[in-house]
Amino acid sequence: MKIVVPVKRVLDYNVKPRVKADGTGVDLANVKMSMNPFDEIAVEEAIRLKEKGAASEIVVVSVGPQKAQETLRTALAMGADRAILVQTDDVVEPLAVAKLLKAIVEAETPGLVLLGKQAIDDDSNQTGQMLAALTGRPQGTFASKVEVDGDFVNVTREVDGGLETVRLALPAIVTTDLRLNEPRYASLPNIMKAKSKKLETKSPADYGVDITPRLTVLKVTEPAQRSAGVKLADVDALVGKLKELGVGA
Amino acid sequence: MSILVWAEHDNAALKDATLGAVTAAGKLGEVHLLVAGSGVDGVAAQAAQVAGVAKVLVADDAAYGAALPENLAPLIVGLMSSYDAFLTPATTTGKNIAPRVAALLDVAQISDILSVEGPKTFTRPIYAGNAIATVESSDAKLVITARGTAFAKAEATGGSAAVEAVATTGDAGLSSFVGAELAKSERPELTSAKVIVSGGRALKDAETFAATILPLADKLGAAVGASRAAVDAGYVPNDYQVGQTGKIVAPEVYVAVGISGAIQHLAGMKDSKTIIAINKDEDAPIFQVADFGLVADLFSAVPELTGKL
Repeated sequence: MKIVVPVKRVLDYNVKPRVKADGTGVDLANVKMSMNPFDEIAVEEAIRLKEKGAASEIVVVSVGPQKAQETLRTALAMGADRAILVQTDDVVEPLAVAKLLKAIVEAETPGLVLLGKQAIDDDSNQTGQMLAALTGRPQGTFASKVEVDGDFVNVTREVDGGLETVRLALPAIVTTDLRLNEPRYASLPNIMKAKSKKLETKSPADYGVDITPRLTVLKVTEPAQRSAGVKLADVDALVGKLKELGVGA
Repeated sequence: MSILVWAEHDNAALKDATLGAVTAAGKLGEVHLLVAGSGVDGVAAQAAQVAGVAKVLVADDAAYGAALPENLAPLIVGLMSSYDAFLTPATTTGKNIAPRVAALLDVAQISDILSVEGPKTFTRPIYAGNAIATVESSDAKLVITARGTAFAKAEATGGSAAVEAVATTGDAGLSSFVGAELAKSERPELTSAKVIVSGGRALKDAETFAATILPLADKLGAAVGASRAAVDAGYVPNDYQVGQTGKIVAPEVYVAVGISGAIQHLAGMKDSKTIIAINKDEDAPIFQVADFGLVADLFSAVPELTGKL
């Protein structure tokens, strides 16, 4: 079984986003960019399935600028086998990404597509579900456990009330939540080896997909800021405040 | 404009999240509620009572019992020929269903809206709430998820909507529900609680977390939450997590105990009305957003506080 893992290059998890003064977006100039953390978990899960013998080949895909090659090389260094970059400098919304991935899925015919549940830049949480819809495949979103069982995959999902398990007919689409695994670091020899792995570059036009955005961002602003309040002297002062707030009285 | 709102329920009762979604949809036009489930006459009757709902559509079929998106999406897409917008609460189930519907309608979904600025214009958080984007859709139809804490709950009673059964679409044969491990608790639900007590990594282990946080929560009639660090360390189950990738909460009072205040945690609770922080590190970032801070060792301060309430 082949596994396709889409990955996105985003502002690094540890960098605090700064809204640009002109209100057009978040400043991405000269800041550290990394693989979306949920996508890293998806790459790791694919590698573990391959190590267990449940997968034969892992193809990582990214849609984005030329620099997304670095993100793909990271995935190759972790253990993916080859990479496809659909190169564009334009804004690509989740629906358009899903359409591009659909074309890749049709060409590659993977048994499983593993994606991060959301990217930490636009926080849309859409691409996996949309890809499942467009390909007519079942979806297991927000996975904390993935078990391939013959022609099926059992996915335990993190839901508001706890956990739930669904059984999906393969081929299927799975999106990862935080607790599915802890991604490995790429070793230096593997980073060197990744440089010779195949990385193919395509364009959205190669797949005949129109990526024109449907949403216009009118402005991007800072959220309302909270200001620091007062420090209380002791527990008695806190008891007083809670009573003023009408709780615990 | 007419809006179809997917009602969240457990086949027995309507969930609170539906009420915020009704309010959000009401800002766009006439609201119809879709109750899709298995044996949902009671839920439909409850839905008809919700203030601001003009009509309730009922799709009763075993295939909808577990809210599997593979089965629900064809139903909703069929109904959408009569509607201008589809809206769900931004819960895990809503987020599972809405994009599947959006893609089938060839619509760019607008996730997690905070406000309605115009017929096709909305605000939504990006970068874990560190920025707010105002976006306008150019699609003919809209697909939206609405953040529960951003919209007041519609009144659960006072309405008298007509109830109409709709044709069901059956089982797509792609997926099946195996089971669930849902937390059972006498406490209020995190996303609708008026008071929340949350614990962080400083609580040491599951036993200490329970012994320290639960008595205080009991005294305050509070729901219990946790930081990602506390969940990852196994102190409490995943559904306790408050933050960017966990639950987004906005209670009247949020008490953060031994939580340093990583931006991912703040993203989940900074809209709380009053924030109280107890932490021994006076430089902890949580104090920058707290209305009232107590710099103290939680292992002495929390039992003392619980005793004095």
